[in-house]
Amino acid sequence: MPKYNLQINGSQKTVETESDTPLLYVLRDYLELNGPKFGCGLSQCGACMVLIDGVAETSCSTPIAAVRDSKITTLEGLADQNGNLHPVQEAFIEEQAAQCGYCLNGMVMASVSLLQENPSPTTSEIKEGLELNLCRCCAQTRIIKAVQRAAKNL
Amino acid sequence: MIELPNTSRRKFLRNIGYLSVGFPLISSCFAEQEQKIAERKNFYGDLPGSIRNANAVNAWLQVLEDGRVLIFSGKVELGQGIRMAICQVAAEELDLELDQVEVHLAETGVTPDEGYTAGSGSVPNSAMSVRYAAATARQKLLELASEKLNTTIENLIFYHGTVKTKSGSQSLNFAEILNGAQIDMEVKKPIPVKVSSDYQYVGKAIPRKDIPKMVRGESVYIQDLRFPGMLHARVLRPPSYQAKLIDIDFSNLGTSVAGILKTHVNGSFVGVIAEREYQAVKAVNFLKRVAKWEETTALPNEAALFDHLKSIAEPAQTIRNEGNFSSVNPENKTFKASYTKPYLMHGSIGPGCGIALFDDEILHVWSHSQGIYPMRRALAAMLKMDEDKIHVTSVPGAGCFGHSTADDAAADAAILALAYPGKHIRVQWSRQDEHTWEPYGTAMIMEMEASLDENGKISAWKSDVWTDSHSMRPDSDPATLIDASYLENPVQLRGRGYLGGGHRNADPYYSFPNLQVNAHFFDGPLRISSLRSLGSYANIFAIESFMDELASQAGKDPIDFRIAHLQDQRAIATLKKIKEITQSEPLEVNEGIGFAFSRYKNNTAYCTVAAKVNVNQKSGEIILQKMWAVGDVGQIINLDGIKNQFEGGVIQAASWTLFEQVHFTKKVIRSEDWNDYPIFRFPMIPEVEVHMIDRPEEKAEGGGEVSMPPTGAAIANAIFQAIGKRVNDLPITAEKIVG
Ligand code: FES
Ligand code: FES
Repeated sequence: MPKYNLQINGSQKTVETESDTPLLYVLRDYLELNGPKFGCGLSQCGACMVLIDGVAETSCSTPIAAVRDSKITTLEGLADQNGNLHPVQEAFIEEQAAQCGYCLNGMVMASVSLLQENPSPTTSEIKEGLELNLCRCCAQTRIIKAVQRAAKNL
Repeated sequence: MIELPNTSRRKFLRNIGYLSVGFPLISSCFAEQEQKIAERKNFYGDLPGSIRNANAVNAWLQVLEDGRVLIFSGKVELGQGIRMAICQVAAEELDLELDQVEVHLAETGVTPDEGYTAGSGSVPNSAMSVRYAAATARQKLLELASEKLNTTIENLIFYHGTVKTKSGSQSLNFAEILNGAQIDMEVKKPIPVKVSSDYQYVGKAIPRKDIPKMVRGESVYIQDLRFPGMLHARVLRPPSYQAKLIDIDFSNLGTSVAGILKTHVNGSFVGVIAEREYQAVKAVNFLKRVAKWEETTALPNEAALFDHLKSIAEPAQTIRNEGNFSSVNPENKTFKASYTKPYLMHGSIGPGCGIALFDDEILHVWSHSQGIYPMRRALAAMLKMDEDKIHVTSVPGAGCFGHSTADDAAADAAILALAYPGKHIRVQWSRQDEHTWEPYGTAMIMEMEASLDENGKISAWKSDVWTDSHSMRPDSDPATLIDASYLENPVQLRGRGYLGGGHRNADPYYSFPNLQVNAHFFDGPLRISSLRSLGSYANIFAIESFMDELASQAGKDPIDFRIAHLQDQRAIATLKKIKEITQSEPLEVNEGIGFAFSRYKNNTAYCTVAAKVNVNQKSGEIILQKMWAVGDVGQIINLDGIKNQFEGGVIQAASWTLFEQVHFTKKVIRSEDWNDYPIFRFPMIPEVEVHMIDRPEEKAEGGGEVSMPPTGAAIANAIFQAIGKRVNDLPITAEKIVG
């Protein structure tokens, strides 16, 4: 089985797996990370999002062989070295922007990515930026508030 | 009495001599301030069903070694924040700080059997049981402390986990008072409970403790559980409901997919266990190609579904009959309207997951089921095992909104764990299986008829409802679990569950002199069970759309018209409040605001919803701009929690109303993923504003389902206000607007 050297949350990891294993399964099953979630495996819901070189992407449809030397950041890797949460994470807590929270990983990752590109998005830009991310508990109005709050605190 | 396998508690009971030495952890803050002593009043009302079934204090509450309190609840966390609500109630009665309370949610053999976590029943049942148990415990702790400290009860106060004398000179924490014992007395009325005006926590917007964990990516969900040596399994579901396995050739599986440890066939049940999760995914995809099935599924034509449902319905049952519907004055104007609702999905964002381990004696199961005790009964019946040999622990999953696939995934894991003992077997469902095999909320037909007298008041009303069951939750009938129908000796469903959910809220809450409600039950073509708010969503959609139509026929303002038919001041208050907050909302051409009201189950919480829409008459495009909800759940436990539930309910029901419908062919469910079954995405999300009317003296009701029923009709009525068109068939799509 091929070996892959990955850069995950600032450290180097080696994983031995089949080349078609999606990144999501590598992160959850091999590296035991909890952030990225399985929701659809079809790039339709955003639950599995991670940052690939700083941009939010679905990890369920990216085979490990395609990752190469990209830098992967998961939810666990957003806090700084002293354990301080990213302003987006803080904002989600302050706004209590979750019910079950299963979608929250994707929401946070997509928001971090959005705010990097557009530090002061309008409400409709936030909505567009999160279009791929589904939330069945329907915490969307709070999630929008959380992104607005994070934009202020960044 | 319940058994107590929790080791730390056992240890506590054993080691009491050592432990009673004391814990100085909080004593330092004693003298800080003279605490106000909260007033208490005796409670003589009805005790909730949950505590009547488990009425010893220690079934609900135990004191830990360090004097903190551990609460047991048989309910599960579904994202509704029940853990925090229970924590608030317990901390309130015992004057604890919130982090001095731990809450242990459903586990067989540990927590009380509280059935299902459903029907907005967790606060009135579980949280209230905890309140009465905690208040009883408080009284007992006072008595014991007064003996130990040799002082009167009047001279004692509770302070952050200790009972101290008023002067502060002596104090004991709860563990010291109990000296190793637990309080096993019965919870009996009268129970001295804190008066609501002295509440510190209850009614406040207290942040949940689990959200920081979620945000950090800590282990929260069943999907995050990892046991040493755990293996991954998948089940190959049949291609359609009635398919039977004829043949499956495993010979090339091992060479095509690495890591396969076991395949297991039992009747039409096919499972595969692998070392790694993605190997199991690939294995099941491989098996899909080589399995041969005999297919006899024959679903009705989707386009003629409602005719079909009427044709298979049993004779009508009259649910309510007051006055005489047919006797109304022939001079009155009569009106009729018919409404339909398609099959709807729960559509959890996280598909079902179950983990099981058979250790050669006990089958351990981890599940996000809404009812672990009832599920255990179903598992025991399906597996022909003793219930005592199955131990189920509840672990949160993604929000499920009723009976979805959690129990089925647990059953899959249980079957495979028995076939491969000694290892934790984790089964994760795919998105496609989740979409096509979950038990939907049934399709329904509602026909309404009413007559208006010369003063524009309703003199007679008739509701006819065609519905399948809304309650096929696993319990003693194993056939409620999918697997039971596909094993070698398949079992047939024994019955159609509780049917009352179908006509829930079909009898209007308004007072009409003549009222008739008829239910026409059918055994429909698709798998169904409980979906959030059961029949209420469809019934209130029909009733409140019809009320709106009658108001305009009578030439009355829709809110005044409703108020004129209501007697309950709490109901009226929600309508008045919504009028007040929406009346200055500006409206442009093709925009309208619609209203709808309901009291959930006609005897719990109240909600009035307003919706503002903009409709493009040419394209039919509907933009839902804003929604308002005014709620009254009686006494509020957690203000932010209840608002969150209301907001979520309004948006989810709006998604049902505008987008959702399960599609099927003659054989299979066609709605296989989020492209075939669209739900709300961010760009369409309306602004939502929730106002709660707090009534601290009224009974606390749950809020999980309350805001959903009025939402559909509020949107339909807003569309009518905007463009003068009524759409009575859900979902309300652009085609129906222009059609
Ligand atoms: S799991 Fe990757 S987008 Fe849904
Ligand atoms: S909070 Fe449950 S899916 Fe978003």
